[in-house]
Amino acid sequence: MQSRVLMQIGVALAVVLGVASGAHAADTIKAVASFSILGDMVKQVGGDRVEVTTLVGPDGDAHVYEPTPADARNLAASQILFINGLGFEGWMERLEKSSGFKGNTIVASTGVKPRTMIEEEGGHAKTITDPHAWQNLDNGKLYVANIRDGLIAADRAGKAVYEANAAKYLDQIAEEEATVKQALASLPKDRRKLITSHDAFGYFGAAYGLEIIAPEGVSTESEASAQDVAKIIRQIKAEHVPAVFMENITDHRLLDQIARETGAKIGGELYTDALSPADGPAPSYLDMFRHNVGALTAAMSS
Amino acid sequence: MIDAVVSPFIEFSFMRRALVGCLALSLGAPPIGVFLMLRRMSLMGDAMSHAILPGAAVGYLLFGLSLPAMSLGGFAAGLAVALAAGLVARATLLREDASLAGFYLVSLALGVLIVSVRGSNIDLLHVLFGTVLALDDAAIILLASITTVSLIVLAVIYRPLVLECFDPQFLRSASSLSFPTHLVFLVLVVLNLVAGFQALGTLMAVGIMLLPAVAARFWAEELSGLIVVAIFCGFAASVSGLLLSYYANVPTGAAIILTCGVFYVLSMLFGLRGLVWGLLPRKHLEA
Repeated sequence: MQSRVLMQIGVALAVVLGVASGAHAADTIKAVASFSILGDMVKQVGGDRVEVTTLVGPDGDAHVYEPTPADARNLAASQILFINGLGFEGWMERLEKSSGFKGNTIVASTGVKPRTMIEEEGGHAKTITDPHAWQNLDNGKLYVANIRDGLIAADRAGKAVYEANAAKYLDQIAEEEATVKQALASLPKDRRKLITSHDAFGYFGAAYGLEIIAPEGVSTESEASAQDVAKIIRQIKAEHVPAVFMENITDHRLLDQIARETGAKIGGELYTDALSPADGPAPSYLDMFRHNVGALTAAMSS
Repeated sequence: MIDAVVSPFIEFSFMRRALVGCLALSLGAPPIGVFLMLRRMSLMGDAMSHAILPGAAVGYLLFGLSLPAMSLGGFAAGLAVALAAGLVARATLLREDASLAGFYLVSLALGVLIVSVRGSNIDLLHVLFGTVLALDDAAIILLASITTVSLIVLAVIYRPLVLECFDPQFLRSASSLSFPTHLVFLVLVVLNLVAGFQALGTLMAVGIMLLPAVAARFWAEELSGLIVVAIFCGFAASVSGLLLSYYANVPTGAAIILTCGVFYVLSMLFGLRGLVWGLLPRKHLEA
């Protein structure tokens, strides 16, 4: 008798839940992306069906981000979470647990061939996975495919929309990739050298044939030593590196000093880990590439 | 050997700039540290580095990433906290350290709040706090001017300041200079700290103000001796710290302050008024 009542309640609950989730699926789904570049990609693929919240906004530094209670609330209310992976969002695991997030976590960099970077610290060489995989447009395509598959798994009804959006976006990325390759290939080989304050360009350099020299380690958290700076200055002088670039999130005073001392030119700002605000020069993933490549070719060709 | 010491400074202008900046700071800040130590306000520097946050944040909100605006804001906030703490300490039963703790915590919380209103996660302190290796002309001139000003002002208020340290009750009863002296001294503290933060980083600014002073305590008995020893300790730590950072590949600010720390421990052990010396049997005075 009692068990029958319980069963009826269970069935009723299941029906209510089913209806609730069904009603939701017809609506939009809520997604959270860990940082601005990924957020843009999810928006491109999701279109109108997906409401995207970005945790680390424009010009923010995801390496040292501290989540807020609002982030936890957003995450708990969403069905799907997109992260970069490769150790980029060190703070995410705790946020996922503390927020009580129940949805799927999609690691956008799945399938990417990770690059390692060697960071020297006090004479010990440490090998670290380089998380900045999106700086190669070929990896960007993998990101888009992962985002598409993740969205389809979370929202079957939107399958056709996501596939169409992703196909269109993949075409745009491929087009941009051809443009980038052509622009950088037109530079003289001995001028394709780049100094920037944060070595987020490992994937970019490997994909498009640039040599990357960085005054700081893999993370924006470490402070440079006098020896690091001396080495870079010697290297710029010896190899005639034409330009020094700033990044939108790191202190540029160190670069100014290096430029003063070597006579290398300070190129424009490059966007690597974060997009600019909507009215800035790099409000989207593809705009970021256009802006960066424009700044690079301008400084290296002159 | 001499070559190893001199050649980094000859080859690289950033090393020369760092040296000039550190020497300037070591000339101005340690004397102030000596007075802070004597007045039992040694931890004030540390508190100040947090207290300036809301000022810097307001400067950032109004003018964006402008160092003069952020420094000025930081100076104003630091000064407000120092003065408020000083006033409360004189007007109520609270001691200076307790009222300072109260105000700097409020100030820090306010700063965190203002920064978060902007929504952006740019690390304000990272921008405001410079690094020893990246001193430009403006930063060097700023450091040198502040050192000059603080040495001159210290010379002017030296007598009342000494009285204020050793016998504040007497100064208060004998003269009306007590409170003005205290205020001017607080201004000097904040001025040196904010300039140091902006040019060299928090650790450097607070460290080079206090460590040489506490190390000097083990060598000299008189105030003038304390000040001289502290300044030379700062000089020595600046040079050896920079070289340590150059040859051992360690962060510069930390290297300089660690060198200061080594001087402090050595002084504590082997200084004329240090532990070891005190343990040795002394000659008794004979009649």
